[in-house]
Amino acid sequence: MSAIVVYIDQLDAPGKLSTTVRQLLTLARGAGEPVAVVAGPVAADVLADLGVYGVTRVLYSEQAELGQYLVAPKADLLAQAAAAVSASAVLVDNGAAGKEIAARTAVALNAGVITDAVSVTYDGGTLVAHKSILAGSWTVQAQAVSAVSVISVKAHSVEAGAAAEATSPAVEAVDVAFAPASLGARVVSRTPRAASGRPELEDARIIVAGGRGVDGDFSPIEELADVLGAAVGASRAATDAGWISHASQVGQTGKKVSPQLYISVGISGAIQQKAGMQTSKLIVAVNKDSESPIFEIADFGIVGDLFKVLPQAVEEIKKRRA
Amino acid sequence: MENSALNIVVLVKYVPDAQFDRQLSGAAHALDRSESILSELDEYALEAALALTDARGGVKGGNTVTALTVGPASAAVAVKKSLQIGATQGLHVCDDALAGSDAWATSLVLAAAIKSLGPVDMVITGMASTDGETSIVPAQLSARLGLPQITFASALEVDGNTVTARRDGDEFSEEIQATLPALVSVTDQANDPRYPNFKGILAAKKKKVTTVSLTDLGISADAVGHAGSLTKVTAAAERPARTAGTIITDAGDAGIQLVDFLAAAKLI
Repeated sequence: MSAIVVYIDQLDAPGKLSTTVRQLLTLARGAGEPVAVVAGPVAADVLADLGVYGVTRVLYSEQAELGQYLVAPKADLLAQAAAAVSASAVLVDNGAAGKEIAARTAVALNAGVITDAVSVTYDGGTLVAHKSILAGSWTVQAQAVSAVSVISVKAHSVEAGAAAEATSPAVEAVDVAFAPASLGARVVSRTPRAASGRPELEDARIIVAGGRGVDGDFSPIEELADVLGAAVGASRAATDAGWISHASQVGQTGKKVSPQLYISVGISGAIQQKAGMQTSKLIVAVNKDSESPIFEIADFGIVGDLFKVLPQAVEEIKKRRA
Repeated sequence: MENSALNIVVLVKYVPDAQFDRQLSGAAHALDRSESILSELDEYALEAALALTDARGGVKGGNTVTALTVGPASAAVAVKKSLQIGATQGLHVCDDALAGSDAWATSLVLAAAIKSLGPVDMVITGMASTDGETSIVPAQLSARLGLPQITFASALEVDGNTVTARRDGDEFSEEIQATLPALVSVTDQANDPRYPNFKGILAAKKKKVTTVSLTDLGISADAVGHAGSLTKVTAAAERPARTAGTIITDAGDAGIQLVDFLAAAKLI
């Protein structure tokens, strides 16, 4: 069986495996021999967890450069480790950095790279990536035609599952030879972004998003989100106005989400917004303008004042739960 | 370090207008490229380059902004628009063999085209193309050119030959610094792009556009396009268009009806 490498970052949040990494390990085990490549330390708990997912080998590096420079040193590690184990495929999470690590690794390995996979299937020796393109209006299957495939995979590609039998992975340190230009873009400072305590947009089952119509006041959006256990999103108009962090933006230049339910509030629904949310399972829209294009794609639409409709819904949910 | 003149290459892409239905067709599931425009996210890259060179005296100060595109003859439109907005000159890699190039092949051609220009101080790109939407060409290009990669800059400054950028991630906002030459991609938060004015549209007619072929760049036709790409699309399906469901006008109980809808969908 050929080695399928999963990239694991242990620099920012060491000591545990993320949900997405658990999903990638599950995918890798279904297609070959799962090998973990870790940037940062391999804590005992992490190693035990890797064994739970059937990982046979762990290659890691704690070289300081991995955290001191943007993206490129991590790609050097991943490419060199993947070559060392003769990997047939490399799986990386689809975050902004993950995609770029995948991209650079692919150049180093002369490999085809596919991003934004929503699922990966195994077809007689080839990994096939499934993805949405053109703002969610098409779905395609794609595969690499090179000896190695590099795929960046979105969250929820598969349900993470433990191996039938846990393994005791062999752990090897890698001495990465960094390319000179990989040590060119230095991370001078880092400011943690404030945590909202709500689910992350990409992980959320329900998202309540606000736009221009909230007119600076996100409290009705937040109250409905909290009673539903939902994440809070926003249109670009709302983030550009400074009403909410840019990290909350859903759309062409923000997050692309596919929750079970997307409640769009005070958002007109231009193509740039639709690009980020039209693959949601159900869409509910609240907007005072009955001509808003959002109503063309809403499963349930309310033409009305969000400052009346949302508080009424919050009260009703609380009443029914009481 | 003094603020000497800058030689900047901006990548511009001619992409199908997202306002219209976009279609894939044929055995290779190729994108229909009629009704195309300059990718709107490239306007932020162009603005970043023009703002940096304006601050150093513009064309009279010896600065150059080259708009580079790779694509069919029609892609010249993207270069022309860039010249109207303010780029100094254009470079168009035009070859029928390019059709169907993936990120790997595209970055190969871009790297050769940039090397053909001689030493450059900066390569500036948008955060993504609005057709492929992968955001990975800047990372691949910087790897191929051996330039520091500063991507997703939401703020950008160049002082002397030091470039400083802010990169806003989900967990951190980072300050990234590199010494020129470097490759930078900018987000739609980085600036407010200028529009072409009448003077710019007239001036663009006198600006130089160089068109080169793959042979001119020393690239074999089978290294790019469908033949040379390292990925292929094996199946494609248009997602059924979403249709409007129930639309109500609030008569005082819409919030309660909303909860009824959520309850029926088993979401509360």
